Amino acid sequence: MRKDYSLEKRKYVIGGFLLLIVAIYLVRLFSLQVADDKYKAFAENNAFLRKIQYPSRGLIYDRNGELVVYNQPAYDVMIIPRDIKGVDTLDFCRTVGITRQQFDERMAEIKRSPGYSAYTPQRLMTHLTARDYGRLQEKLYRYPGFYTQKRILRQYNYLAAANVLGNVREVNKKDIDNDDYYQPGDYTGDLGVEKSYEEYLRGDKGVEILMRDAYGRIQGRYEDGAFDKDPHSGRNLTLSLDIRLQQFAESLMVNKIGAVVAIEPKTGEVLCMVSSPTYDPTLLVGRDRGKNYLKLTANDNEDHPLFDRALMGTYPPGSTFKPGQALILLQEGIITPDTPYPCYHGYINGGLRVGCHSHYSPIAVKPALQTSCNAFFCWGFKNMVDRRSKYGSSADAFEVWKRHLVQLGYGYRLGVDLPGESRGFLPNAQYYNKVYGEGRWSANTIISVSIGQGEVLATPLQMANLCATIANRGHYITPHVVKEIQDTVMPDGAIGRHSPDIDRKWFELVAEGMRMAVTGGTCRTANLPDIEVCGKTGTAQNPHGKDHSAFIGFAPYDDPQIAVAVYVENGGFGATFGVPIGSLVIEKYLTGKISPQRQHLVNNMLNANTKQFRAIRKPRH
Amino acid sequence: MRSGNHAIERQTAFRSLDWITVTLYLLLLCAGAVSIYAASYDFDHASIFSFAEFSGKQIRWIGLGLVIALIILFTDYRFFETYAYPIYALMMVLLVVTIFVAPDIKGSHSWLKFGPLSLQPAEFAKTATALALAKLFNGYNFRLNASSNNYAKALGIILLPIALIYLQKETGSALAYLALFFVLYREGMSGMVLIAALAAVVTFVVTVKYNDAEILDMAKGKFIVLVLTMLATTLLSGIYARSLEVMRNLAGFFTVAIGTCFALEAAELPLPYDWILIGAIMAAAIYLVVTWLRMHLRRLAICSIFAAGCVGFMFSVNVIFDQMAPHQQNRILVALGIKADPRGAGYNVNQSMIAIGSGGITGKGFLNGTQTKLKYVPEQHTDFIFCTIGEEQGFIGTSAVMLMFLALILRVISLAERQPTTFARVYAYCVASILMFHLLINVGMVIGLCPVIGIPLPFFSYGGSSLWGFTILLFILLRLDSARKLIRR
Repeated sequence: MRKDYSLEKRKYVIGGFLLLIVAIYLVRLFSLQVADDKYKAFAENNAFLRKIQYPSRGLIYDRNGELVVYNQPAYDVMIIPRDIKGVDTLDFCRTVGITRQQFDERMAEIKRSPGYSAYTPQRLMTHLTARDYGRLQEKLYRYPGFYTQKRILRQYNYLAAANVLGNVREVNKKDIDNDDYYQPGDYTGDLGVEKSYEEYLRGDKGVEILMRDAYGRIQGRYEDGAFDKDPHSGRNLTLSLDIRLQQFAESLMVNKIGAVVAIEPKTGEVLCMVSSPTYDPTLLVGRDRGKNYLKLTANDNEDHPLFDRALMGTYPPGSTFKPGQALILLQEGIITPDTPYPCYHGYINGGLRVGCHSHYSPIAVKPALQTSCNAFFCWGFKNMVDRRSKYGSSADAFEVWKRHLVQLGYGYRLGVDLPGESRGFLPNAQYYNKVYGEGRWSANTIISVSIGQGEVLATPLQMANLCATIANRGHYITPHVVKEIQDTVMPDGAIGRHSPDIDRKWFELVAEGMRMAVTGGTCRTANLPDIEVCGKTGTAQNPHGKDHSAFIGFAPYDDPQIAVAVYVENGGFGATFGVPIGSLVIEKYLTGKISPQRQHLVNNMLNANTKQFRAIRKPRH
Repeated sequence: MRSGNHAIERQTAFRSLDWITVTLYLLLLCAGAVSIYAASYDFDHASIFSFAEFSGKQIRWIGLGLVIALIILFTDYRFFETYAYPIYALMMVLLVVTIFVAPDIKGSHSWLKFGPLSLQPAEFAKTATALALAKLFNGYNFRLNASSNNYAKALGIILLPIALIYLQKETGSALAYLALFFVLYREGMSGMVLIAALAAVVTFVVTVKYNDAEILDMAKGKFIVLVLTMLATTLLSGIYARSLEVMRNLAGFFTVAIGTCFALEAAELPLPYDWILIGAIMAAAIYLVVTWLRMHLRRLAICSIFAAGCVGFMFSVNVIFDQMAPHQQNRILVALGIKADPRGAGYNVNQSMIAIGSGGITGKGFLNGTQTKLKYVPEQHTDFIFCTIGEEQGFIGTSAVMLMFLALILRVISLAERQPTTFARVYAYCVASILMFHLLINVGMVIGLCPVIGIPLPFFSYGGSSLWGFTILLFILLRLDSARKLIRR
């Protein structure tokens, strides 16, 4: 028995080799099992089929309990590609009313989409019509790998308020990334309350966790459904909108560009919010949504119907700015209720002339509001901004002026519960320093802002809100369009009461002036026999054509129920479109009808078309 | 020395039985049975002892396996040595017969039916081959290196079953016999053979894996292989041929060659750099031959052959690769991470990695593995049984199993070294090598480090043939070991 000891040492080589490889494997196992979490997720995706149970989306009612938006079932055709066997494709296409070519294209599209797997459900067609669905359901047994999934589509009882309601679209990648709730193919609100109240409307998805084997066969419920969740329907919304008033106001705005906003002053509830031209909300429902959406947003569509002019459009407020001016001048002690300013067909000072129309002179604040005297407010503005003895400099005086306006709701977003609100524009002293140089401007340089022209821009919502503030004689509630959410206390802090630092008596005075404008001034058309309406017209020069026609007003004088702002682009004088539309909205809301004597105004508005005046320049005088 | 008293022998068989190995064997067996129960557990399952179930059947296999183990322990230890060649011959005949009579099961012809039993002769042929190899080495004054005739005999014993099993279309099982080269190494085969094999594998992997990017105007894989060849040749000349002078010269020469290439390439000269490097290696090979003749260092000749062989092999890799069947190519590409194909060739490996990876540290718990329960992992009770352990018992389970195997194999190696006869030692090394090969290839495949080669995990994978095969393999060793004192006496 011979033993070779040099060879015996080779046991270490063999043992060492084994140890080395086992060590490598242990490291690998450690990195797979302990260091890397992704495999856990893979395993769950593999084994659990989370069958989503879609909740019903919350319904939307108007302030009177009228059902405005509801749901109708729609059916998507789903496929699991690997289960499709022996299907007569042509027969299927005929059943659901598509061509073979469309079918092939769609299949190719599905296969290209990210995350495609032949093992998981893929959405072949969306929103089958009830008729096609019925036919398909009957034949479904002949198409293995095909099934239908119930989805919910929005349906509208009134073809109105599309801008406030918004619509529902399929989620995009960003939505999915930002919110765990969404999965590809889900719906989410787009624009309007559908978007801003998405979290209430969408409800809670239910889930049924099924176990699925490698062949896609269901092996039963996971833990007997212990982790399943029932879907909870979305919350219903009650809008502050009066849908009939909205419809009426929309009809008055037909063939005009602009906006009408009405607010209940006491509560800040928006009664109607018209953006014109508007669109039929049903266009953005169902299979043709994409096509219609492109049409509505196309660049050559000059109406830009998805642009909500009521809160996104920024306009020079024109003379509707004057009540606010009066309040500031009175509060700052620049004028007393009796201070007269001269007006010789306008404001003439330092080589400057701002035109005005015929009325007596000199004139105090209330009649100045009544007649919408430009000169009065120019003088007042000049006396304030150039009063160095009080404010130190024009810039400092201007900042005080601006702060009052901010408190009155201009220059910043009001915080309405709708997406996309614009803040308008209020210049500050710095802005003018930049344009003219520090200390190189004074009241006369910027005199046009005193009458709501020039740099100042406001949204119709802000104009209506100012009107509501005057109606309330000194405060406003954040305007909002949703009054109630089912089973929910309205979120705190969103709706607040805001009181500008201006004494109530000055509001009383301005309200009187606005009353006078209706009884014997620029807005006589609004002088209803039984209702004390207060108002102020506006005629805003603009670079886009004929003057814009504007109106703010509230009624009744003693106990205001409604404050309204009307803005009609290129409508000409405030009295031409603003006053009739505003007063009709007030009348309709307060009396529920239009008196026969005023029916002609309705007809005039229905027939009038101001679109034609767009971009037509007013001849210069 | 040879006692005729069988009763005493049997007593000693148990008294001197290596209980450490037996314990490890039983532990692995139990863990295996539990894993199979878990792997084949169905939601509407029957009891563990139902014979219709995989686990029920496996229990029966285990029971009969233990009976076989006992029979072996009661067999005269001289039986195996005496009948090693006849057993081997019989098995080879059986393998040949199998090729022709076995039914086609998934393309392979490796199963024989004996009434209710279906057995795979290839699993038992391992034991027979190990016995024959041990018997060969046990021959009077047999030394592997004594003549090339001895090499031929050893290679013949190993290659014959490989060829026959390959003809049964069971490539995986056939490859397992390559493990026996470790035994040849232990018994005197030059380590150069293993190094060359390793170099071949590395060359193959690197060439196939880095076929796209370019360094010095050649495929990255080619460049790496050439540099590795230079490195290995240099090291071999110093460590293996023990000539520091040659090593220094080669190191300097190769460094200059590579450096010059990079310098020329930086100067944007469009030269055939691959041929320059190959030329450098060939020059080195000639230099080695000259030095061999001059200094009479025979080992330098081996170095020279190694260098030239590596270059030659590099050229043939693509030829070899193209010769392979598409599914084999795919498995290699997936294992090398070149091809991500989770639904195709990579499906098994991908799913098995998900199963193991989702186990975490402590696992999902017994019978709670979703990957395996819901049959995402194919062959989960046979070749991919390790997944079930990984998913349900986590890293603790997998490392415990790995360590148990490690302990068993190291124990077998230490048993081997304490054998008084060459027969027992060589046989023991055969056992260690075969277990090692199965463990490393099977686990490596499941965790995505090796290509998918269908071989079972010893004592775990479902199936009577493999279980009985490994039991017989191990218990013959234990029987030989238990008799070692009788021989010494």
